[in-house]
Amino acid sequence: MSFEPKNPVVKWVEHRLPITGMLHHALYEYPTPKNLSYWWTFGSLAGFMLVVQIVTGIVLAMHYTPHVDYAFTSVEHIMRDVNYGWLLRYMHANGASMFFIVVYLHIFRGLYYGSYKAPRELLWWLGLVIFLLMMATAFMGYVLPWGQMSFWGATVITNLFSAIPLVGDSIVTWLWGGFAVDNPTLNRFFSLHYLLPFVIVGVVILHVWSLHTNGSNNPTGLDIKDKQDSIPFHPYYTVKDLFGLAIFLIFFSAFLFYAPNYLGHPDNYIPANPLVTPAHIVPEWYFLPFYAILRAVPDKLGGVLLMFGAIAVLFALPWLDKSRIRSARFRPIYKQLFWVFVADCVLLTYIGGKPPEGAFIIWGRIATIYYFVHILILLPLVGLFEKPRPLPASISEDVLPKKAASGETANA
Amino acid sequence: MRKLLTSLSISVVVSLLSLGSAQAAGDAVELKSVSWKHGGLFGTYDRAAAQRGLQVYREVCAGCHGLGLVAFRTLADLGFSEEEIKALAAESEFVDGPDGDGEMFERPGKPSDKFPSPFPNEQAARASNGGAYPPDLSLITKARAHGDDYLYSLLTGYTDVPADFTLAEGMNYNAYFAGHQIAMPSPLSDDAVEYADGTPATVDQMAKDVTVFLAWAAEPKLEQRKSVGLKVILFLLILAAVFYAVKRKVWSDLH
Amino acid sequence: MTTTTPEEENGVKRRDFLYIAAGGLGAVGTAAAIWPFISQMNPSADVLALSTTEADLEGIEVGSEVTVVWQGKPVFVRHRTEEDIQRAEDVDLAELRDPQPDADRVIKPEWLIMVGICTHLGCVPLKGQGEYGGWFCPCHGSHYDTSGRIRKGPAPLNLAIPPYEFLDDNNIKIG
Repeated sequence: MSFEPKNPVVKWVEHRLPITGMLHHALYEYPTPKNLSYWWTFGSLAGFMLVVQIVTGIVLAMHYTPHVDYAFTSVEHIMRDVNYGWLLRYMHANGASMFFIVVYLHIFRGLYYGSYKAPRELLWWLGLVIFLLMMATAFMGYVLPWGQMSFWGATVITNLFSAIPLVGDSIVTWLWGGFAVDNPTLNRFFSLHYLLPFVIVGVVILHVWSLHTNGSNNPTGLDIKDKQDSIPFHPYYTVKDLFGLAIFLIFFSAFLFYAPNYLGHPDNYIPANPLVTPAHIVPEWYFLPFYAILRAVPDKLGGVLLMFGAIAVLFALPWLDKSRIRSARFRPIYKQLFWVFVADCVLLTYIGGKPPEGAFIIWGRIATIYYFVHILILLPLVGLFEKPRPLPASISEDVLPKKAASGETANA
Repeated sequence: MRKLLTSLSISVVVSLLSLGSAQAAGDAVELKSVSWKHGGLFGTYDRAAAQRGLQVYREVCAGCHGLGLVAFRTLADLGFSEEEIKALAAESEFVDGPDGDGEMFERPGKPSDKFPSPFPNEQAARASNGGAYPPDLSLITKARAHGDDYLYSLLTGYTDVPADFTLAEGMNYNAYFAGHQIAMPSPLSDDAVEYADGTPATVDQMAKDVTVFLAWAAEPKLEQRKSVGLKVILFLLILAAVFYAVKRKVWSDLH
Repeated sequence: MTTTTPEEENGVKRRDFLYIAAGGLGAVGTAAAIWPFISQMNPSADVLALSTTEADLEGIEVGSEVTVVWQGKPVFVRHRTEEDIQRAEDVDLAELRDPQPDADRVIKPEWLIMVGICTHLGCVPLKGQGEYGGWFCPCHGSHYDTSGRIRKGPAPLNLAIPPYEFLDDNNIKIG
């Protein structure tokens, strides 16, 4: 159904720039599967967190000074003197963690319900691009307070590029704008940290565009077949997402107001010192699984390649997964493997935060190997050999019998 | 819904536990645990202790350690009057200028000044302290894991050197310092200061008081943060309840 | 509405109430969340703490002027000559756009202390220029007299007098 505005002003604008109609279609009438669970809330929560990060970031930039002599004290100036500066800065710092929590849950939801499978491959790719941009943005943002972890994190991560044969050292020097991480590095990181979130906004628009082209996946993994299967986005999912947002904000607030430094590292309250490395240097928690993979390989180039490979293989997922069926609900073996994979990622996170010694090295290697085995071997094989459980005929058939005979047993 | 909540809470607990222990790695010695008045969900700074702690800082620590991020004016948070703060600030001299003739000059401190540093730069500090650098204390309780307990433990952690431990020249043994060798000699001794309020100045008391003061110095907005947080969370609980009711209502006509 | 049964109306009312409550709470929450983002642009605690400036008047010759900085703004400290004072006092208040006797603008007549910002659009007027022996703003041509009062040009008000006090004969505290 096309959008026909009644208000003459909206009508006038709509005739020249159909933006209201576009928004109306995207946020109002967008036909959405009627059976989306709360796992589908994390997409809009991620969008919300992106806005929070951009708004708090713009405001923090009004008080922050990107210079090695002033960066640390300007952050403390925000914390001590700026009106509500402590709130804004803690919001931004914890907001980064919240953004990653939400996005990781969003990604795992996609893995469980096969949301990356045709015709949503590009949607999945765009999501991974957002994830990569988020990692770059978060990394450069963590450098800005110019504490010890900022400095040494920047040093270690930029040195990853020195693993590239022949041109590695030149690239690192180019990244630094000098012969060590210093003021030019801080300045360009600030510039890029300010820029990239807007690039993310652009990719998010493409991501949502692509989503709306084929519609949302849903817990059954079935396509929408007729009108019975779908409901308009508004008011059903707007209120559901708003409720999810309120619950999420309680979780966010608990950290923000009662443990604002829990997810950070004490060393970053020590001003950067290029002559002394802290005893335990650890990235922020959301990088720990990749850090664990990096350290699992006793070879510089190999470790770097494997770490980037861990994300690269995710791009191939739509073609590696051979199953005809999307949702793990109807894939008894994949379902088990999915949870083993989740446990493996949690284990990698844990190992990434531990010093690289003793049993942690062994476990780090096992977890790393399993990560790739799951994606490159188990996933294709399971898709070929697994005998899926019978699918319901349609989304609405899946929703309705639940009332009569409780739960999934009806489908078994 | 319930399944979601269960799995969410399990994954959150697991990851937080793993994080907590990840951060704790390296804490070889278990710290003395004090139940600070400013801990917990509603805790506020113990003003009397913080005021005594300021005295300990000024009379004991300030000889070597700066407090460069803390302005005198902020002492009003701890219950000092404007007059007291002016008098306190005026006790330190600050280089200001240049004046009309282009000369730098010394003037007494003002409330808008920050606590002065005892050394002009890091090199001078190291030169005066046998190569060790006494860190600025403005953020010390946030710059160490479990900073409050750590600081208290450190200040009260000077013990005799164990028989099997070799101490380097000019170093001191401390049970809680990483590697147990610390350049700072035990800074506190009984009655090192004389408290105006008559509290006996034991090492334990002074260590606690100065910790409270430095905890405030590191996180001066703690009380505002907690009180705003309480209001925000109560509001969000109501908001969530109402949104849930609306959600139920909207979805009820679907079936 | 005439065709609805009482039961339906009741249901509609309860639903309306819920929607209004939710919308209202959402609006209140959003407004409260926006406040810190607005408040942060106001002067921070350290800026507010620097709101006074002290100036030494010794060495400012009669007839000369120094500019001191107060809250980031220029403050003109003018040591007026007898002639300046006389000119300022002799003006007929009826001629003035912003009538104010010279006596209300000084604590000691020989010291004229005022914020050196044109009340038109914020430029800094030049001393010793203009048609009234006082200041002249080069941006849009406002003329001020020897008391800093607006006499000609677009500015609506006299140059502002900051709050100040004499600490002793030769020292003032502005702010």
